[in-house]
Amino acid sequence: MLYIKCPHCGMRSQNEFAYGGDATVKRPELNKEISDSEWNNFVYLRKSPRGKHLELWQHISGCRQWIKVERDTLTHEIFKTFKAEE
Amino acid sequence: MSQEFRLDKGGFINRDKKISFKFNGKQYFGYEGDTLASALIANGVHLVGRSFKYHRPRGFFGAGVDEPYAIVQLFRNNETDPNIKATEQELFEGLRAESVNCWPNVNFDIGAINNFFRMFIPAGFYYKTFMWPKSFWYKLYEPIIRKAAGFGKASIKHDQERYEHKYEYCDLLITGSGPSGLASAYAAAKNGAKVILAEDKPRFGGSLLTTDVNIGNQTGVEWTKKIISELKSMSNVIVKNRSQVFGYYDHNMLVMNERLSDHLPKTEKYTPKQRLWYIRAKEVIISSGSIERPLVFGNNDTPGVMLSSAAKEYIKVYGVIVGKKPLIFTNNDSGYETAIEFKKNGIDPLVLDTRNDPKSDIINEAKSLNIKIKISHVVVTAKGYKKVKSADIAKISDDKKHLSEIENVACDCICVSGFWTPSIHLASQSGNKSTFSEEIDAFIPDKSKQRETTVGSAKGIFTLEETLENAFESGFNLSKKITNNDNKISVPSVVEKKFTNHDKFWCVPLPKGKNYKRFLDFQNDVAVSDIELALREGYRSIEHVKRYTTLGMATDQGKTSNLNGLQLVSDVENKVVPQVGHTTFRPPYTPISIGAIVGREVGKHSKPTRKSPMHEWHKKNNAVFVDAGIWLRPRYYKKGNENLFEASKREAKNVRQNVGVCDVTTLGKIDIKGPDAAEFLNRVYTNAWLKLPIGKARYGVMLREDGIVMDDGTTTRISENHYHMTTTTAQAANVLSHLEYYLQLVWPELNVNVVSTTEQWAGAAIAGPNSRKLLQKLFTNKDVSNESLPFMGYTEGDFFGINAKIYRISFSGELAYEVNVESDYGNFMWEKIMEVGKEFNIQPYGTEALSTLRIEMGHVAGSELDGRTIPYDNSLEGLVSKKKDFIGKRSLDKAAFIRPDREKIVGVVPLDKKTSIPEGSYLVKDPKAKLPNPKLGHVSASCWSVEYDNPFSLAIIKDGKNMIGKKLYALSPLKNKSIHVEIVSSHYVDPEGKRVRS
Repeated sequence: MLYIKCPHCGMRSQNEFAYGGDATVKRPELNKEISDSEWNNFVYLRKSPRGKHLELWQHISGCRQWIKVERDTLTHEIFKTFKAEE
Repeated sequence: MSQEFRLDKGGFINRDKKISFKFNGKQYFGYEGDTLASALIANGVHLVGRSFKYHRPRGFFGAGVDEPYAIVQLFRNNETDPNIKATEQELFEGLRAESVNCWPNVNFDIGAINNFFRMFIPAGFYYKTFMWPKSFWYKLYEPIIRKAAGFGKASIKHDQERYEHKYEYCDLLITGSGPSGLASAYAAAKNGAKVILAEDKPRFGGSLLTTDVNIGNQTGVEWTKKIISELKSMSNVIVKNRSQVFGYYDHNMLVMNERLSDHLPKTEKYTPKQRLWYIRAKEVIISSGSIERPLVFGNNDTPGVMLSSAAKEYIKVYGVIVGKKPLIFTNNDSGYETAIEFKKNGIDPLVLDTRNDPKSDIINEAKSLNIKIKISHVVVTAKGYKKVKSADIAKISDDKKHLSEIENVACDCICVSGFWTPSIHLASQSGNKSTFSEEIDAFIPDKSKQRETTVGSAKGIFTLEETLENAFESGFNLSKKITNNDNKISVPSVVEKKFTNHDKFWCVPLPKGKNYKRFLDFQNDVAVSDIELALREGYRSIEHVKRYTTLGMATDQGKTSNLNGLQLVSDVENKVVPQVGHTTFRPPYTPISIGAIVGREVGKHSKPTRKSPMHEWHKKNNAVFVDAGIWLRPRYYKKGNENLFEASKREAKNVRQNVGVCDVTTLGKIDIKGPDAAEFLNRVYTNAWLKLPIGKARYGVMLREDGIVMDDGTTTRISENHYHMTTTTAQAANVLSHLEYYLQLVWPELNVNVVSTTEQWAGAAIAGPNSRKLLQKLFTNKDVSNESLPFMGYTEGDFFGINAKIYRISFSGELAYEVNVESDYGNFMWEKIMEVGKEFNIQPYGTEALSTLRIEMGHVAGSELDGRTIPYDNSLEGLVSKKKDFIGKRSLDKAAFIRPDREKIVGVVPLDKKTSIPEGSYLVKDPKAKLPNPKLGHVSASCWSVEYDNPFSLAIIKDGKNMIGKKLYALSPLKNKSIHVEIVSSHYVDPEGKRVRS
């Protein structure tokens, strides 16, 4: 079980969190004309990197904040965690 | 019965306390402090089971966790446990155990015929033989194999025992209380660290219990006692015996199973049977010791062949001798320790040493005791079927390839020592890659991956002096890092016997013309010939060889077999062991009961049960409950002998004719506040929200970004910047997370806050033509006319002294209101509604009637919003704004979504107006068409229409609108039904929606 440092609450066990996917994906702005492929990239296409990955987690059984976690997908090492706006 | 193999004195057992027990129906006795194994051996019982594949007789091989054979079915306090190692099971009064893997009994086992046919059961036998014909697998092969295989039977009763989970944090977790564990725990504890010391056996001390050493002028046993009692007295130390750390997981979390009650006849009150500890440790010291390695020779699985260290442990700990004519077969000095123990107890052993000129203190000691030693000698094969009777021995050439003349010597046990294998399981599980040590012919931990340090013989250090020095140092250094203290304990002086080098020899060659089975893996019946065959057949990777032959698999995890298997592969492949590598060690290190893993999460404890404040009222009024997510909801209220169908029909009918009341507390509720709340809702929902007036509710649908409907519900504008959102019961948590995601990450500029208020409000839906009349009587001071409180209106009112919120919304399609009061007043509200409603013939209705009402109205719910449909599919296009953008809008343009024959919701009525259509039925044109019959759609929800008194269903069907009026067939292969149906509009009752507005 991972040990994740919530930037708001401190070190907490993984079972308090929910995984939220790739944190580098940016939602296209509202009302913006974009191509089908751009939209498809946003909705469906995700990289599955081996190694460092910036991902979202939500501290659902804690402060309910979405946070960003820089984690190694191979070793599970967590390098750094950030608040949503960081 | 006398205990023929029990010594008159010695051991740590309590000879004043006799304990009687039964094995295979026969009564025996042992002493307090015995294991089942030691008590059986004391009674001369050596045949305890049959092997896995060939059903060969099985005795004891080890004395603890390393035991591959002696697995029994245990009966305790009217429960039964399979997979219990007799070497670990402590004796208690009334213990009952039986052999496994034998039928009809262990002495005469029909499966043993496999042994004579073994040339037909080579490696990969199952893969090769039972492949054809395919249809035989389920009916014939599998049941037979299942019956013949496996160790014991799981109980089919509900386990009444209590298992607990516990979370713990510490500075240092130390796994194993041998000399290295004790030393590092003591050094760290004295330096102020919070320490947990875990020992899997009942007794602390590890190898100190069985070796003659001196630490600081005390015996090993005395020193252990002193250290343990001091550690136990320290507030910063937790000392646990009978506790196995079996798994090393991510971020230094380890799991330990504490067996609190398995050694007692029954679990004491207020004590669990077992407790699983999740331990997050800042540092871990692995002091798990080492396991003696077998030597490989002919029929080396015969009962009576066992590890020499185990034989020594039986003498030293239990006062039991494993035989009266022992043969010690060794490639190192350890075997001599066992020989000396036998000799000291008046028994003459014969030592066969594979080395040609070994010289050391201990060999000199053995010689001075007149122990017979044959150097350069090996056991060629054990003789005897159910117990060793003799051994063929021979001199072996210096190159270890040639045997001289074979000589038969009588013996009743063969104690083998092939040197020591460090237990690197935990280190390996932590991600430590391990490295091969040429010096000890075994893998030892390499560079740490997580925060773990291995000490003592688990690291390949086999002298006590070096072990203590290293362990004291590690304990001090690691604790200093954490506590910043500098309180260093000096290492005590050590007196121990000096050992000389071991012989790298491990496998005795076959004599000419003999084809003895030489076993590597005793638990899984893997012999030398199996590995050779696998390699001949082209298996190269050690992981593949493992799976093909089952070497090192199952509960044993290769504790005794692993290295010899690797030796063999490297010999045949002409590689060195490190190139071959070892297979992955996986948790658990030793079998853990399912009960311990599950803990308290059983039955109703497996998830929380949520009940509405009106739950007790429902119960009193014969409600039959149904699980709705984690909530319990009344499904129907039983009257007399009514069944579900009759009751729900009555309840639904009463809503259509009079008035009914339904507990809607379980609906998800989210409070949305802030100046940008309207803008936020406008982005979340598909329809327009900017112009919703205060005091009005609106129905809304929200999508995922891929265009699929996520949830629906009504949201009400309570005041300028305050909205009250409702979600479906099932999606409440997901919707909240969804909203938080967009507010925190995507549009942080929006000034909006969301919070769940599901538990704050108790809700009652009052529905039916009489509902306004009833409402008026409930809120006497309030104008609830259609003009002041129109459809989708909202107001607050005084409900007999308490504040209530009234929403004029309807799921049933009737004139209806939802009244919310604070949860604590829920029951009061409900009882008042029932009391006042009496004159209007009010009846409560459950979820089944609720479904009926919504289905015949064509209102969608979870069975239509099933994660596959978009708003158009559910005829919700009126709710999809063309003007504004919202979550998921861009996806609605997808070609698949705008296809003209896209699935649409319709109604389905059986032509006979009698046959109910099973939910999940397929709609097809021709019921007899060749399979696969082209599917046009599926039935999503079915009910008995109370309006028309005939069955009615909703379906999602291709090109739905154009199918209306067509006749199709609903097929349910599961229920073996084919029903001729007509497709109609999904709005079966009141299609104009007059009633809700009346």
